[in-house]
Amino acid sequence: MTQQTIALEVFRYRPEEEHEPTFQTYEVPLKKEWVVLDALNYIKDEIDGTLTFRWSCRMGVCGSCGMMINGTPVLTCAAFLETYQPGPVRIEPLANFPVVRDLVILMSDFMEKLGRVKPWIITEKEKPVAEGEYLQTPTQLADFKQYSMCINCMLCYSACPVSGLEPDFIGPAAIALAQRYNLDSRDEGSAQRMEILSQDDGIWQCTLVGECSAVCPKGVDPAGAIQRYKVASTNDWWRSKLMPWGK
Amino acid sequence: MKKSNEPLWWAFFGAGGALSALCLPALLFLLALAMPLGWIETPSFEAASGLVHHPLARLFLFALISLSLLHWGHRFRFTLYDGLQLKHLESLIVVFCYGGAIVGSIFAGFVLWQL
Repeated sequence: MTQQTIALEVFRYRPEEEHEPTFQTYEVPLKKEWVVLDALNYIKDEIDGTLTFRWSCRMGVCGSCGMMINGTPVLTCAAFLETYQPGPVRIEPLANFPVVRDLVILMSDFMEKLGRVKPWIITEKEKPVAEGEYLQTPTQLADFKQYSMCINCMLCYSACPVSGLEPDFIGPAAIALAQRYNLDSRDEGSAQRMEILSQDDGIWQCTLVGECSAVCPKGVDPAGAIQRYKVASTNDWWRSKLMPWGK
Repeated sequence: MKKSNEPLWWAFFGAGGALSALCLPALLFLLALAMPLGWIETPSFEAASGLVHHPLARLFLFALISLSLLHWGHRFRFTLYDGLQLKHLESLIVVFCYGGAIVGSIFAGFVLWQL
């Protein structure tokens, strides 16, 4: 029996050779246990070694292999080839990001936004080690745990139409991660993050399309995080206007 | 960078969305379906007029109409920004959307006051 195959239409962009991106079609074996990332690695190893893409863990943990498959942002390590029968399968770099080469996007803008929300535990005064650990109840953990599952894969930025239209929008993952620390009982940095997120480029660009939460491979709900943050920011705003003397 | 003044409009948007989602379907059901089709007894003009003249009823109608209009204004502003991609006309859109909602609210207040 001959091996069944499926066509992959892969986005190619080699800035030293061409000004405009093109699509190149490769026929790859359609194996039951293969994900799209396996097919891309097959192309790289067996057909065309010049194809460039990012990947690392192959198990939905590292967040490196996000791409657009047939127009939807997904982790290619979690997308079984079989589900795209009969093909062809169109593979493009994540939308809303500049392309460096082939399927590799430039993520420096995202990294800058991520750093801006201070995604770490901020305490006014560090407790001496001799005083022991910071204890947390399961309920306190549950408050933020969901948001801590983010793997920075940037699928939410690709899915978000506002991110596409407003390049300055700080974006879903950065806001969800800010909430991850704001809701942590050990953290005291929410006022600092409020200064960043309450600006026009912060949460207020979001119009609750909800695609960020729909595409998240880790079940994080950035849309929910942003709406909760809007309520917090609105309370803060009204308080500052109605009681300007209070802090 | 300065904090955004968006919370002002968003608060009205949220309040208007919640209030209109709760009350408008009930009002529409009563006034547009149940009463004209005779499913429930239509109150006499005097009874209905008496109800609307009550200060609390007027206050409720004013809140319902003005917040619903402000909800529309905020939503339509972003529909024009993102949906039709007219953000370059920002000032015009802001004046049209919120201005329209405020003028409509003042008109509703005037009518309710004159009752």
